[in-house]
Amino acid sequence: MTDTKTPTREMAPARPAWHVILVRPETMTLVLLIAGVIGASILSPFFLDVNYILRSFTLTAEMSIVALVLTMVVISGEIDLSPAANMALSACTFALMQDVGVPLPLAVLIGLGAGLAMGALNAFMSIRMQLPSIIVTIGTLILYRGLAQIIAGDRSIRLPDSFIGINAIMVFGVPLPVVIFVIVALVLGLVLGTTVVGRKIYQIGTNQAAAHHAGIDANRIKIGLFLLLGVVSAAAGIMAASRLGSVRYDLVAGGELQMVLMAMLGGTYIFGGRGTILGTFLAAWLLVIVSTGMTVANLMPAIQLTVLGILLIVAIIATNFIYARTQR
Amino acid sequence: MSFLRSIFMRRETGILVMIVLFCIAVGFVKPQFLTGQSLRIILLLTPLIMIGAMAQMLVLVARHVDLSIGSILGFSAMVVGLMYRDFPEIHWLVGFPVAILTGAALGLGNGLLVTVFRLPSIIVTLGTLSLYRGMTFIISDARQINRSNIPTELKVMSRTSPIFDIPWIILIAFAVALMTYVVARHTRLGRQIYALGSNPVAAPLRGIDVTKVTLIVFALSGALSGLAGILYASRWGFVNPSNTGAGFEFQVIAAVVIGGVSINGGVGTVLGTVLGVLLLGCVAAALPLLGIAGSTQNAIYGAVILIALIIDRSVRQRGVADNSKDIA
Repeated sequence: MTDTKTPTREMAPARPAWHVILVRPETMTLVLLIAGVIGASILSPFFLDVNYILRSFTLTAEMSIVALVLTMVVISGEIDLSPAANMALSACTFALMQDVGVPLPLAVLIGLGAGLAMGALNAFMSIRMQLPSIIVTIGTLILYRGLAQIIAGDRSIRLPDSFIGINAIMVFGVPLPVVIFVIVALVLGLVLGTTVVGRKIYQIGTNQAAAHHAGIDANRIKIGLFLLLGVVSAAAGIMAASRLGSVRYDLVAGGELQMVLMAMLGGTYIFGGRGTILGTFLAAWLLVIVSTGMTVANLMPAIQLTVLGILLIVAIIATNFIYARTQR
Repeated sequence: MSFLRSIFMRRETGILVMIVLFCIAVGFVKPQFLTGQSLRIILLLTPLIMIGAMAQMLVLVARHVDLSIGSILGFSAMVVGLMYRDFPEIHWLVGFPVAILTGAALGLGNGLLVTVFRLPSIIVTLGTLSLYRGMTFIISDARQINRSNIPTELKVMSRTSPIFDIPWIILIAFAVALMTYVVARHTRLGRQIYALGSNPVAAPLRGIDVTKVTLIVFALSGALSGLAGILYASRWGFVNPSNTGAGFEFQVIAAVVIGGVSINGGVGTVLGTVLGVLLLGCVAAALPLLGIAGSTQNAIYGAVILIALIIDRSVRQRGVADNSKDIA
């Protein structure tokens, strides 16, 4: 290193194949998932019941679906903390519409439209106004939740019986929300992993300036992602309404933490450019295993809050560590 | 002329004008708004937010953010509440050092995670928001500390004091603001915080111990949140594991952003923050008088944050060259 010759840039040796396959955040998620299953089944013999786990998954399926889209937003280098509030406001809009006599399909469309509008506001503030999305979406989180509080007040809005019970519909013995989650994961995984748009999203998140020079219209893709997240959040909110049978303004209050947690736990890099749908998919299951495991082990719900917080911090430490090792 | 111009161009002048216009407008509709009594109401609404805002201002100036302050407030208040309930023989004033030290310890925990593992503060504090809240449930066994357990002397602090009968908690809040002013403008630490936030890359090159400054900032944020915790017990006379401090972070961030503290670090004044807090207090005091339901408050906070962000953006565009929108 001390010689004064012009330094020749040598290529770093390629990482061995096992290293590439094994040393990645998704592996950590998978290991945690397996450990969680083993741990929970030791804690309680009632745990290893596939139907029970599937039914438990319906409780968080809506948020898991949103987390899949959120993963793409984070990979593109932005973040959105408002989807949980979006779910609440869309669901309240939908419920109020059908309450005043709007036909159900139209009410659903209006709910989805509300979600799209919320996504558009996030996109406008973050992309057009060039403000940091993290602060913008803290603002819109409060705004959307507050608007839901205004339009719904303190009451819970009942839904017609015909609309209730999406979680009771079974497709080959699997609850419909779980099926939807798996399908959305497959579609988004294919989009992100195999299409040009997917590669562009990674490129934008890795280096926006370079992406710009490569002729990628970063803003257009990011706006598209915010809009998609808005609509999907609204759909998830309406699904949650169908599962719960009534809607209140505090629907999935604090859900933003769980969604961010799913993405982080799945190895999505908070500064963008890295992450996979598979990781978030596994993380969603991990969370269900952890929370049902704690429930069957009769642990206080408050402890679950603590565990969620610890998991988020551990996940991001591990992810940062793994990326620091594998990245030059 | 240039002196007048510089006053006119100050951010603080703009907020002051907004406060005056708002009060005149409300006073026009409801004359009783412009009385000493409502000034007292406004001032009583703000002490906790004022203290939290001073802490958050320093954190934002250092180019970090602390979302866990509401949970720190709740945890410290709960520790003090448990002490009052289970050890009534201890002098009530001991509660103050206990609350402040508890808060400082939790804040230091945030700081260590941020500095040791080099994690983004936004994710760390989102995790500890959940973690500290869960711990509050665990130590309290999910039960509330009731009015009868809080010492009367502490509760009286929210009603009066020997100085012109102004409640102690208002005096404490302004004392904290004054001390923050001195620290920010006239101490080495204060200038280092501004230097760090203005340019985190250049700061260590100028001999600033970035780790130390960051740790101090987070510990201060925790300590002040702890102080706000015991004052919460004084003001409301109870401590509830789920309500106490919930959403505090959003009110504080709203006040600070309105006060002109830049989320990109390095910019922010105590005077602006105080005015931001007072503006929020005026809005909160005027709503019930105008017959607007309390449930609109959150939506208004959210809208005010977004408007403040847009104003901040346009001011910056006209001012010095804008550097980066990254790193919250």
